[in-house]
Amino acid sequence: MSCGFIFVFFDTRPRSMPLTPVATHGSESKEREYVWTLNFGPQHPATHTTLRLVLTLDGEKVLQAVPYIGYLHSGFEKLGEHLDFNQYVTIADRMNYLSPLANEIAWHHSVEKLLGIELTPRCKYLRTILAELMRLHDHLLNLGTTALDLGGFTAFLYFFQQREHIYDIVELASGQRFHTSYTRVGGVLFDVNTDWVNRVRKFIQNFPPVYEEVNRLLTKNRIFVDRTQGIGYLSREDAINLSATGPVARASGVERDLRRDDPYLAYNELDFDVICSTGGDCYARYLVRMQEMLESLRILEQAIENIPSGPVNIDVDSDMVLPPKPSVYRSIEGLIQHFEMIMPNRSHDVPREEVYAATESPNGELGFYIVGNNESRAWRARTRPPSFIHFAMFPHMIRDHQLSDVVAVLGSLNIIAAELDR
Amino acid sequence: MVSLEELQSRFGEEIREKTFRDNRFIDVSSGVLLDVLSGLKADFGFSMLIDITAIDWLDYEGATDRFSVVYLLLNVETGERLTIRTAVNLPDPQLPSVCALWMSADWLEREVYDMFGISFSDHPDLRRILMPEEFAAFPLRKDYPLKGRGERHNFPVITRSEG
Repeated sequence: MSCGFIFVFFDTRPRSMPLTPVATHGSESKEREYVWTLNFGPQHPATHTTLRLVLTLDGEKVLQAVPYIGYLHSGFEKLGEHLDFNQYVTIADRMNYLSPLANEIAWHHSVEKLLGIELTPRCKYLRTILAELMRLHDHLLNLGTTALDLGGFTAFLYFFQQREHIYDIVELASGQRFHTSYTRVGGVLFDVNTDWVNRVRKFIQNFPPVYEEVNRLLTKNRIFVDRTQGIGYLSREDAINLSATGPVARASGVERDLRRDDPYLAYNELDFDVICSTGGDCYARYLVRMQEMLESLRILEQAIENIPSGPVNIDVDSDMVLPPKPSVYRSIEGLIQHFEMIMPNRSHDVPREEVYAATESPNGELGFYIVGNNESRAWRARTRPPSFIHFAMFPHMIRDHQLSDVVAVLGSLNIIAAELDR
Repeated sequence: MVSLEELQSRFGEEIREKTFRDNRFIDVSSGVLLDVLSGLKADFGFSMLIDITAIDWLDYEGATDRFSVVYLLLNVETGERLTIRTAVNLPDPQLPSVCALWMSADWLEREVYDMFGISFSDHPDLRRILMPEEFAAFPLRKDYPLKGRGERHNFPVITRSEG
């Protein structure tokens, strides 16, 4: 019996995958037989969330990327027409779930603008501190997962440990780690005490060494730089035309930051810098987010030492907030006001007007366009979602990049499906 | 600051202005909408489109039209904001598309079409974005119920033997 080598040939020619026919897909002609389609499907660890990309590839080079969204569409805007202003905050919470309190602050910022409410100084500082903690929260996860997708597991774990500390801080304030529903019309749910202030101080003290370690790990790392520098370039004109806001726009040279340009809460009393870059690529977005974390820490250091004393909710006489429980049980005025606030069809005095107000959420300009109808439910509650607008830029940014760059660019845009689809 | 007189002299006397809580609203008719928006972008520096959204006024007390479409604009250099509102009615709500002015209008107009049924002429690719392609109704209209019309129960299921 002779021994011979048996060569088994595997047919490795790329095959095109059948897709449901959609208007944008032309049929492939004979000359383009080498072009193949890849479904970067809704369930994929590197997209982080349920979004789908159909990539048309020439070998490894991306020729066209068609995004499909709507996998997480839950009718948030329809719910805004059926829920009270204080109930809808639970829904707004669940939009950009990396920084829930930032969404709540944005929602109530718009509602309070519609109602013409001026917050107490203590509430402004408290919300500022929480907004900056949430900015840290969002950037820590985004940078951690960017590193994770490119292969750097350590940065992910180190940053997630810091997020746990922020979860503990938020839990001490509101009772919930994650979707806190902490803000209310005219104030917040509970006040905070010195225990909480000390915990924030401890976090501010312990964060910089961890930041330094991850900075040394990634920023000059040859592999990380090669995979993110020059990738996903967005010019300044394109950033403005495509409505980019937040770190994505600032990394392309658009010097806009709502905290400085339209100051809200306590930002006009605090000292901070707006971080911009002219790089416009994924590496520039990484650097902008890293430096923004340090600026957030700086804002936190100032704000936590200067929290004004006084009431955290606006005065009960305004008929916008719930009265304290002892007065509900012991006085008729408190009982009546509690009844007026909670029962349906009885509520705040809401003007029949439209208003738009935006805040600088970690992802960009998160605004709510609210139409009032003289009841405590909005007639229309539109979210201006930064993730939706940034994802529309993706096909523009990914052209002529390699398949492995898809992951880097997607990570740098910080697309959150819940905000994308609502 | 864009003044109402400038806009009225360029685009017609029917333009109205309103201010509420530091938001400036300019109400235009759908005929001059594209001219007004192009003029604002080219001559008055409103380089960024912040949002396009629509509002359904069915059963709203004192409403004159069925839908309002709202364009939020921002001047990046000066930080000035403007809100342009226009009205459309059934049957056949249609507006000109502004995709040629701002590329982000592509998806924003697709969402308005998907949710309200307002079509945009000259849009490069007007199809549903959030709902499935074969969905038959327009969910954010006021006559569409919150819990839907049973579409979830009738969703087509492909079993292993068929697919």
